Amino acid sequence: MNEEIIERAQRAKVKKALLGEDVDIEYYTTETNEHEALTSLGEISEEYKQNLLDAGIDPSEKDRSGSFLQRDRSVIFSRAKYPGLELMSTTDAIKKYDWLKEYLWKAIPVDMDKYTAEVELDQTHGYFIRSEAGSKVTMPVQSCLFITSDKIRQNVHNIVIAEENSELHLITGCSVSHTVDSALHLGVSEFYVKKGAKITFTMVHNWGGGIEVRPRSAVVIEDDGVYISNYILMTPVKSLQMFPTTYCVGRNARATSQSIVYATNDAKIDMGSRAVLQGEGSRAEIISRVIATDNAKVIARGDVFGEAADAKGHIECRGLMLSDTATIDSIPELKATRRDLELSHEAAVGKIAEEEIQYLMARGLSEDEATSVIIRGFLNVDITGLPDALAKETKKMFDMSLEKVM
Amino acid sequence: MEALTTPIGCKMLEIKDLTVEVEGKEIISDFNLCIERGEVHVLFGPNGCGKTTLLMTILGIPAYKVKKGDITFNGVDITDFPTNERVKLGMGMSFQHPPEIRGVKLGDMVNIALGRKGEKIDESVIELAKKLNISVDFLNRDVNLGFSGGEVKRSEILQLLAQAPSFLMFDEPDSGVDVENIELIGDLMNELMGRDEILSKRERSGLIITHSGFILNYIKPDRAHVMLNGRIACSGIPEEVAKHIMKEGFERCVKLCGAKVCAE
Ligand SMILES: Nc1ncnc2c1ncn2[C@@H]1O[C@H](COP(=O)(O)OP(=O)(O)O)[C@@H](O)[C@H]1O
Ligand SMILES: [Mg+2]
Repeated sequence: MNEEIIERAQRAKVKKALLGEDVDIEYYTTETNEHEALTSLGEISEEYKQNLLDAGIDPSEKDRSGSFLQRDRSVIFSRAKYPGLELMSTTDAIKKYDWLKEYLWKAIPVDMDKYTAEVELDQTHGYFIRSEAGSKVTMPVQSCLFITSDKIRQNVHNIVIAEENSELHLITGCSVSHTVDSALHLGVSEFYVKKGAKITFTMVHNWGGGIEVRPRSAVVIEDDGVYISNYILMTPVKSLQMFPTTYCVGRNARATSQSIVYATNDAKIDMGSRAVLQGEGSRAEIISRVIATDNAKVIARGDVFGEAADAKGHIECRGLMLSDTATIDSIPELKATRRDLELSHEAAVGKIAEEEIQYLMARGLSEDEATSVIIRGFLNVDITGLPDALAKETKKMFDMSLEKVM
Repeated sequence: MEALTTPIGCKMLEIKDLTVEVEGKEIISDFNLCIERGEVHVLFGPNGCGKTTLLMTILGIPAYKVKKGDITFNGVDITDFPTNERVKLGMGMSFQHPPEIRGVKLGDMVNIALGRKGEKIDESVIELAKKLNISVDFLNRDVNLGFSGGEVKRSEILQLLAQAPSFLMFDEPDSGVDVENIELIGDLMNELMGRDEILSKRERSGLIITHSGFILNYIKPDRAHVMLNGRIACSGIPEEVAKHIMKEGFERCVKLCGAKVCAE
């Protein structure tokens, strides 16, 4: 079983991804020091504290049900504070639970491309998070994948399972120290939302201008399950390509994906979400807001495949151009394979309307202030479905990220 | 009937020999107007004669290009001032067709007009909105997005209440407003322009554009003008001018004015 997976990974080692620039994996090293474990997240050095904060991670662990921190290739902190919640390194979890093989590479094929193959063949931890059946962990779990060594590759495999009728809220922050000029982050994430369960996943990417990022994510939602993803990328990145797929396999499975991207400098970003509606009455909504400035190149994708009765899917993709040397390529796709379903999309790309600036100036703002209000408004997607505290927290993260770019 | 020259000593707004182009087309030509402190003027005119263009120009919207002449406000030549500088000096406008701004709530606009951009939509905003029968839910809607004609007008008046300007321009404040709200809007316009003060104490001024004239059931301006083809064709007592327009139409009114029917 395991051999078969390894064999498939071996065969995919040189398999280029369908999308995104090809990354030379071998350019990045696997050689790096192991880092010492912490006994509390607050022990992290002052130098790194801000990096964590920037990625939405609270070193005080206050109002968190659990915290996980992986530095480079070492898990240096992992603690679940809440009964009914499990949190540990995926490597440890694989050793601990034989049944985990029922979940590994079940949502994502190991031979999808060379990046998934690389994660299998040289996995460096990642997080395993599980909420037990019936337990509602309303306080969020925070996990941080942090790069502090130059030129390394970080190959994580994350598994998140919400057992039947449980609830799990996850904040993941990815961050990088300013001393790192280049690095590769490969992240495989498999989410399993069981019957009647709910997962919300808020991810803040806080990379740097020399970082290449290739996440590979998939979500499987069973009957009456709910999955909500919020993605925020406001800081520079060298190149990022991801196209997470959510499979609504159960009856009335619901998926919402919201992405907010502010692409600057020479960033090359190819991102989007795909929802596959296989359960009767399942629903998916994909919302994205993309701003491109400087020479950034962004491809914003959204796919909804309707395959079941009474399925409903909607894509709303808006782009705002702030420079004549940037590009936004918006590619929504709808595919229906039967009659009794409903799929729709709206997409719009444009510049800031002069009229809107004038209107705000007529209420007393300067031109720059007006522009910033419009940009803020453009990115302002009301996030529904999060517990109040988390919604506030997310808003705060968003505001903080925005402060930095504007 | 008086001559169409600028009276001496205009305290609030003075427009002299103004010519304005929009997209290369001359819309306003050799326009003159004086509004004294404490005065409210009403401007009539058929569709497309340049009323909105005049207000946009007074407010300094860049698409409206001043080719000739100047605008003086409280003794300061503001012809080249950006809009927000004019607002700082005390100008405010209720727009005829304001733009929709996604993600910017009406409540955010009220905060901006109050000079507290980015703050929460709190009690002070909610209280102000109550004056216009505007609910908290409505304050949380993206400004002008899907607003009905009447809602746009109320939202504009609300923003002006927050802004409290000393010179107020209203571009068709009565169009699309239902009967329940027209009186409310009229009352608030009077309040905004300080019309409840006795004559000698009036500090604020206004310029109201109305196509229908409905709003004049609630507001008593001091002077009326009829605009035709980018110029003031005649001026007079508001009731008289309005009466002639209703009865005879714009062109005929101008002729009658010429025959001194509208004279003060
Ligand atoms: N932004 C614009 N672009 C092109 N033409 C305009 C613009 N604004 C106004 N105009 C033209 O200027 C003339 C006067 O318009 P406007 O000032 O809106 O008239 P009113 O408010 O009296 O109905 C019209 O012929 C109109 O088509
Ligand atoms: Mg008009």
